[in-house]
Amino acid sequence: MRLANIGTLGVKELRSLVRDPMMLVLIVYSFTLAIYSAATAMPETLSRAAISIVDEDRSPVSARIAGAFYPPYFLPPVPITQGEMDGRMDAGLDTFALDIPPDFQRDLLAGRQPTIQLNVDATRMSQAFTGSGYVQTIVGEEVAAFARRYRAVETPQVELVLRARFNPELKPSWFGAIMQLINQITMLSIVLAGAALIREREHGTLEHLLVMPVTPFEIMTAKVWAMALVVLLASAFCIALVVQGLMGVPIQGSVPLFLAGAALHVFATTSMGIFLGTVARSMPQFGLLLILVLLPLQMLSGGSTPRESMPEFVQVVMLAAPTTHFVSLAQAILYRGAGLSVVWPKMLMLAVIGGALFGFALARFRESVARIG
Amino acid sequence: MTAGPAARLQEVGLRYGRTVALDAVTLDLPAGCMAGLIGPDGVGKSSLLALVSGARRIQAGRVEVLGGDMASARHRGAVGPRIAYMPQGLGRNLYPTLSVFENIDFFGRLFGHGRAERERRIAELVEATGLAPFTDRPAGKLSGGMKQKLSLCCSLIHDPDLLILDEPTTGVDPLSRRQFWELVAHIRAGRPGMSVVVATAYMEEAAQFDWLAAMQGGRVLATGTPRALMERTGAASLEAAFVALLPEAEREGHRPVEIRPFAGAGGEEDGEAAIEARGLTMRFGDFVAVDKVSFRIRRGEIFGFLGSNGCGKTTTMKMLTGLLPASEGQAWLFGQEVDAGDIGTRRRVGYMSQSFSLYSELTVRQNLELHARLFNMPAAAIPARVAEMARRFELAGILDTLPEALPLGQRQRLSLAVAMIHGPEMLILDEPTSGVDPVARDGFWRILVELARRDRVTIFISTHFMNEAERCDRISLMHAGRVLVSDTPAALVEKRGARNLEQAFIAYLEEAVAEAEGPAPIPATAPVPAAKGAAQTLLASPPPASPSPRRGFDIRRMFSFSRREAMELRRDPVRATLALLGSLILMVVMGYGITMDVEELAFAVLDRDQTTTSRDYTLNIAGSRYFTEQPPIADYDDLDRRMRAGEVALAIEIPPGFGRDVARGRAVQVGAWIDGAMPSRAQTVRGYVQGMHADWLAQRAAQGPGGGVTAGQLFTIETRFRYNPDVRSLVSMVPAMIPILLMLIPAMLTALSIVREKEMGSIVNLYVTPVTRLEFLLGKQLPYVLLGMANFLLLVGLALFLFDVPLTGSFPALAAASLIYLCAATALGLLASTFLRTQIAAIFGTAVMTILPATQFSGLIDPVSSLEGAGAVIGNLYPTTYYVTIARGTFSKALHFADLRGEFLPLLLAAPVLIGLSAALLKKQER
Repeated sequence: MRLANIGTLGVKELRSLVRDPMMLVLIVYSFTLAIYSAATAMPETLSRAAISIVDEDRSPVSARIAGAFYPPYFLPPVPITQGEMDGRMDAGLDTFALDIPPDFQRDLLAGRQPTIQLNVDATRMSQAFTGSGYVQTIVGEEVAAFARRYRAVETPQVELVLRARFNPELKPSWFGAIMQLINQITMLSIVLAGAALIREREHGTLEHLLVMPVTPFEIMTAKVWAMALVVLLASAFCIALVVQGLMGVPIQGSVPLFLAGAALHVFATTSMGIFLGTVARSMPQFGLLLILVLLPLQMLSGGSTPRESMPEFVQVVMLAAPTTHFVSLAQAILYRGAGLSVVWPKMLMLAVIGGALFGFALARFRESVARIG
Repeated sequence: MTAGPAARLQEVGLRYGRTVALDAVTLDLPAGCMAGLIGPDGVGKSSLLALVSGARRIQAGRVEVLGGDMASARHRGAVGPRIAYMPQGLGRNLYPTLSVFENIDFFGRLFGHGRAERERRIAELVEATGLAPFTDRPAGKLSGGMKQKLSLCCSLIHDPDLLILDEPTTGVDPLSRRQFWELVAHIRAGRPGMSVVVATAYMEEAAQFDWLAAMQGGRVLATGTPRALMERTGAASLEAAFVALLPEAEREGHRPVEIRPFAGAGGEEDGEAAIEARGLTMRFGDFVAVDKVSFRIRRGEIFGFLGSNGCGKTTTMKMLTGLLPASEGQAWLFGQEVDAGDIGTRRRVGYMSQSFSLYSELTVRQNLELHARLFNMPAAAIPARVAEMARRFELAGILDTLPEALPLGQRQRLSLAVAMIHGPEMLILDEPTSGVDPVARDGFWRILVELARRDRVTIFISTHFMNEAERCDRISLMHAGRVLVSDTPAALVEKRGARNLEQAFIAYLEEAVAEAEGPAPIPATAPVPAAKGAAQTLLASPPPASPSPRRGFDIRRMFSFSRREAMELRRDPVRATLALLGSLILMVVMGYGITMDVEELAFAVLDRDQTTTSRDYTLNIAGSRYFTEQPPIADYDDLDRRMRAGEVALAIEIPPGFGRDVARGRAVQVGAWIDGAMPSRAQTVRGYVQGMHADWLAQRAAQGPGGGVTAGQLFTIETRFRYNPDVRSLVSMVPAMIPILLMLIPAMLTALSIVREKEMGSIVNLYVTPVTRLEFLLGKQLPYVLLGMANFLLLVGLALFLFDVPLTGSFPALAAASLIYLCAATALGLLASTFLRTQIAAIFGTAVMTILPATQFSGLIDPVSSLEGAGAVIGNLYPTTYYVTIARGTFSKALHFADLRGEFLPLLLAAPVLIGLSAALLKKQER
């Protein structure tokens, strides 16, 4: 009897959703275009970096160095004088400034180990670090190739062979696609559940439900299962059509296992959505709260930057967030092909967090229902 | 003034999308008297008044008010201060968080009254309206009647010649209603030239007006004095006259409601009690919503509840349905005690709440079926029951229609059908007929009577309409949470010796109010005589210095908007929190979330050599701050398992014989596996490992006797990381995050502040007061700029003390740039608000307009010079770009004003351009 109520109410939620074109558009957009564009727009780490060269040597080797920088990694180098360098860097015109000293070629060939100065604008973190590595490698190769014509140069005897597992070419879009999917799952499940509750309250239909033989537990469970189903179905389609199909990201592990993890995650986030729905008194307040809740959930979960690099207390606090566990679960299953034996602790954590959030939201919901008059 | 009509409409048409609100209306509204527009909701009364007041733009036809064309902005500007407009809805032009005094004061400032003048007028107005004891109470916490009086005060502060009142007494109790009209009458006595135009759905009120226009379907049916209308139709009451005026088609099927007297009409003790309440009490905190209510309703009786908004009717009904647990007292339904937790009682009751509250996304049939299922009717019985309900409530033809497409009368029938679907023995109906036209209302009542008399369904109904109250078997009057009296309507009239039911009620109310307040200085019973004197002194004497409002830019009007905005902001906890705490929270989140430092990564070694050389190689990596060593890897399986589980980000494999081969100078390979799941991290790891490998080689070369020269030794590259020598992510990110936060939140709050007014209705004050667009915009913007500056200081503090990012350059330069930047950011919010209509759209709209350009195209991560295409264009135009350069320059590059001239100039241009654009796009009239 109770199950029948939960079923009936859930079907009602789905029917309402079908009639809400804005929400449907939002769902379709979030699981297709948003993921595709965000994943493919993720820039390669170095792209069109601005570089200028102070060439005080004006020799064949310095010309050779200048000629080695070209798009897409670098913009064509701007020849400048030493006097201009500081001003240009202060104004942020250049990220890199290479200073080739006078008599560089002569000293090089004479074995006097001349020094090239590389100035990096380190306020531009994204380019500064990897970029300076690139610049060093490029300059080194050009100089070595030039020198090899004149004198013997040995290759190092100990070679480092680097292999990246799970994503051999380190394509950012592979990573971006899945992380975007996780962000969308989190956002949509919170929005759908919270908005469904607020809409019922604003339209007065919640009150109407409560005069019928229906308990708050049934109402809330119905919303959770209906919205979770929508999000899960959308995610499954998205993995099959967009992630694997359109973008060709290879999935290592089991998609059903991932969806099982996602179900636990969505259980937690829909409960969170309902909780926010009881806190916010209106749709606008819900929107504002959403921003404050969603950003930390997404940015500190380990989905955008590694958790190891965050301060200790942030890491600890974020252990209470479902996204943290879901992100690591998703990475393990989808990229590294991990099985249930590896990810079960994370699933357990998700279930615990979800249960706690559900219980908390239900208590809030009961309380807010009692104050409805 | 009385020479011509107050307003003259010629062939005026108005449509909202495809809905026709006014259909070629030609009408003269007479001056110097009380002119009324009558008719049910949605016939065009409000649209017509909005056009006359100048709040709405004229689409077709010509509207002349006070002798000029309202299509001309110049005439509107000139005549605006002489018109006062009180829009529909209780206190819609008021600001709910502001107190009574602050509300009136705000309007006084808008009309340019000086301080002394304002205080004098406010004192007189609150005295006249009986609001004097409540001047500190927020408008949102006033009762409906008090809100309307306050709204009237706000309208009267500038001595208008034309007073436009749109349904001023809907939802107000009879006593407050009478006081309201007496107040208006006395004000008119004081200003005989003033014309008053009123729209109302209460025919009893309209009967007192000097002149009426009956409207239906966007057209005027008839005009004339109330007496003339009644004579023309030969009707006894104005309501009957209105029905008679309706076109044949709409009158069809209308029969007067006939009620057989209640069978058990004897003493109160007769018959079985369907509902009995004893001492029911409901408290919300300190507030007593329902105070010891007792009554007894017999089976099959129609029992009416009358009283103003917020007097406790709805709360009482909710306690009976089990929605709310009573704080005290008991109630029995059919002899069983009501228990809020007991779901069983709910099955015996059908409830219809105040507003239409069915699922508008479900069809009529789906709504009926859903409720049938939730009441656990057997699945097989549902179709038959739905069909029966459809027949009985005349819904058969519209079963597959969405409720939104239905007229109000049909929707109410649907609500009733839903409440009846499970065959309850009792119906609790909370104001089921408000807003429904008289013909549909009568139809509704015929069904109710049939249910009560034929099926012996007990009906407990609340209403505002006196003629509906007269149809009930017995009625109760509620006031301030108490039942004043219960009896048959006829007995009540008789007991008080009143002319009719309304008079009887007013008498009871006055008695109750006098009792409650005692001989207080301003008892609500007394304001009428008191008002007489006060209102006359106020309005008869021409005010000494009522300045004609200045037409151009007036800084005082601008500040009055700023003042009010600041007060509202202070009283809205969620917005204030977002404004101050929100940016701090986001700063911390982003500071740690967008870090590009990669530190303390887990790595492990599969050392198959186990010599000093191999350990030396491992130590070289383990010794850096970037990596922390995990227990060594046993074999390939172990390596595979630990990488899959994400335990290690880097695995180093050292081959057997590594030490020997290195010593002999033989070529040897060290393997490094990187977890590529997170590409940015993997790339950084790759860079680190390569660097450390090269280091190790260099060390070996320096120690041992080298053979030839390796490539690394030909020359050296000296890398200088400038401005941020440790290459700390925070030093780079924090100064760039301040611009993003100072864009996002101020823009969003500014946009919300205007769109909120659109949604709440108080935007009408922009339409009908002499405030100019620029005053309005700048006034709204100012508090948010100041708030933004406070935010800026907090963020700088956070950067300096939590994140340890030093400010090396000029703080004044940074602060000046921030101020200019905030003007631009809030102006962007203003611009967004000109085309966004709902608050939720404002939140998402401004988020889209700010987050993407600010984070992607303004140099936060990728320098603007690296962008291409549209991104580059946006990046070069967007103010954040320049402010990011200034913020980074002053924080990290030790720059000052002189170094940043090139960035200040575009920033200085942005705000005026954006504000100008907003002013041009903002509408001074509703479309």
